[in-house]
Amino acid sequence: MKELLWLVPALPFLGALTLIIAGGNLKRGAVPFVGAGSVGLSALVSLLIGIDFLSGSQAPFEQHLWTWFDVDGFAPQVALYLDSLSLVFIFVITFVGFLIHVYSAEFMHDDEGYARFFTFLNLFVGSMLMLVLANNLVLLYLGWEGVGLCSYLLIGFWYQEEKNGYAARKAFIITRVGDTAMAIGLFMLFRTFATLNIQDILSQAPGVWQVGSEAAVAVGLLLLGGAVGKSAQLPLQSWLPDAMAGPSPVSALIHAATMVTAGVYLISRMFTIFELAPVAQMWVGIIGALTLLISGFSALTQYDLKRILAYSTISQIGYMFLALGVGAFSSAIFHFMIHAFFKALLFLGAGAVILLLHHEHDIFRMGGLRKKLPVIYWTFLIGAGSLAALPFVTGGFYSKDQILWFAYAGEKGNMWFLVAAMAGAFITALYTFRMVFVTFFGTEKTHVAHHAGKAMTIPLVVLAILSTVGGFIELPHTMGHIQLFSDYLKPVLPAISLKDGIESSEWIIQLIAGGLSLSGVYIAYYLYVQSPKTVDRIKISISALHGYWFSGWGFDDLYNFLFVKPFLWLSRANKADVVDKAYDGVVVSTDYFHRGFAWTQSGIMRWYMMGIVIGTILVVTLSLIYY
Amino acid sequence: MNTIPVEAGLILAGILFMLGLISVLVRRNIIFMLISVEIMLNAAGLAFITAGAKWMQADGQIMFIFILTMAAAEVSVGLALILQIYHQLKTLDGDAANKMKG
Repeated sequence: MKELLWLVPALPFLGALTLIIAGGNLKRGAVPFVGAGSVGLSALVSLLIGIDFLSGSQAPFEQHLWTWFDVDGFAPQVALYLDSLSLVFIFVITFVGFLIHVYSAEFMHDDEGYARFFTFLNLFVGSMLMLVLANNLVLLYLGWEGVGLCSYLLIGFWYQEEKNGYAARKAFIITRVGDTAMAIGLFMLFRTFATLNIQDILSQAPGVWQVGSEAAVAVGLLLLGGAVGKSAQLPLQSWLPDAMAGPSPVSALIHAATMVTAGVYLISRMFTIFELAPVAQMWVGIIGALTLLISGFSALTQYDLKRILAYSTISQIGYMFLALGVGAFSSAIFHFMIHAFFKALLFLGAGAVILLLHHEHDIFRMGGLRKKLPVIYWTFLIGAGSLAALPFVTGGFYSKDQILWFAYAGEKGNMWFLVAAMAGAFITALYTFRMVFVTFFGTEKTHVAHHAGKAMTIPLVVLAILSTVGGFIELPHTMGHIQLFSDYLKPVLPAISLKDGIESSEWIIQLIAGGLSLSGVYIAYYLYVQSPKTVDRIKISISALHGYWFSGWGFDDLYNFLFVKPFLWLSRANKADVVDKAYDGVVVSTDYFHRGFAWTQSGIMRWYMMGIVIGTILVVTLSLIYY
Repeated sequence: MNTIPVEAGLILAGILFMLGLISVLVRRNIIFMLISVEIMLNAAGLAFITAGAKWMQADGQIMFIFILTMAAAEVSVGLALILQIYHQLKTLDGDAANKMKG
């Protein structure tokens, strides 16, 4: 079964190729069969491989397809590497991706670019699979850039509107900043190890670099730069909220299965480097903690349903980075998986609400949808509960609780991480249920046009189930102590080591975390259902801060001021191009001399004779003087 | 025998040469320009003769014979050109033949 591994990325690529070649001629009904079918088959293949892998020895499996190129001993292979880490990723990518494809079949049905949309989606999934299955960093980088390209194409999918094109370019350019850092990191790795094969690097690194050596820290920070760009973390997070310009299924795909989790994958895949560079790893945690806080505050103030979810994604990936930063790699991957389920669910639910309300994005113009759209309401509520980490019944509780615990109890954890994560958990619950209460409770403000079909509701139900049961495969010590997930990842990612004698306090942290998320829900209920006037009062009393949060802490303005304005000024100042001046000078002087010499060719013979006479006198005089 | 000093011959040759040159430059009638060129040639010939007399050499006179031959050839070519210019331009003004200005 494992020999079929190549089919997993090949099928979506094949689907994309079919749609590129035949897309225009295919019947409308056939497009989703190719688009969703290819990813569905890929999901099926990865399920079979997964069963084979789990029932077997769980030893890593490498499939060598061909040598990509061979230059002076540097020969990256097109080879796939399957271990428990990449298996989790291909499972999530193909399954969540498949559900999103099915959903898109109905969601995008009336769109002109139906075939184009599925082409890009397939390409997106294929690139992401390439990224997580690559056995060397060059192939990984290919997938990495492929994902970036597809995100550009999909965010700007409705390209007739100028602001969508702008958002697409913004996403592309900002992630490119991180990619440049990552590329430099790869060059440094190659110079040290003379190979970019991931497993070779990981096995050689401890022998070459001391713990905390400068080279390891530099490489770690550069890789972190790449991860920060792709995963929309501080300070490169500002592209993600604008990426909401794309259709909702795209947002679901970017936020749940592909793209933003690439950074988490990269760091956990290269974990040895980060273990050798404690400074870099500490920065992973600090960036995660800061990001989860600032984007949480921004999410509190948004009124566009999709922007709230966008900021929540940044915040949740901040949690994953925090977990990676304290060395709780399996917790990060666990949270990634649960997050993929509930965030895809939330985005698909939000997309359905927006579509059924004639593209209304403002949650304050929704309201009262609880009765009108029961399926969407209940599934959205389950997703929101998971995002807010409601105790015991949701998957999100178990995955986030683990991160909270390790943020404090892990050897690299500390009190500050815990406080940030706790505050983040409270804010998460608050903004999540603010969104739920405003959207689904109260009075109906916009009429529901029609109801969602089966292709849209079934993925929602499946994802709702997954985001609930998914959490029960890993239960904390205090409740059942099931460790299926971390045991499963143990061969690849090291288990976290705890501080001494701390285990007894785990229940306190769980209690506080549960209490915080419940109080967040209650405060949201109090503010947005019971006494909405209080909110307005608070809003007015902190209006400056509110505006600041609303604009994402002013990062856009800052970058506008720091980079965009100087760049525009420079390009305006240099409109005539300084370099061109030298070449212009050649032209001007040639022209000048041309005019001068042409003037001497007057055609009047007496002038020529005069010239000859003067020349002769000059030559004779000079020769008399110098000889 | 009373000889004329070399300087006098050379000064005469120089004056003749300058007269020819100046009239070539200032005259516009091409026939006069041709005549002026002849004067310059003869000035050069006089300079050769004077030099040959000074050093008692026959070379100067031989050179003058060459110059005479050359002048005859030059006049024939020059007169032919003048005829052609007159045919083409219906004038003897040398400045009118300025069709080849750059």
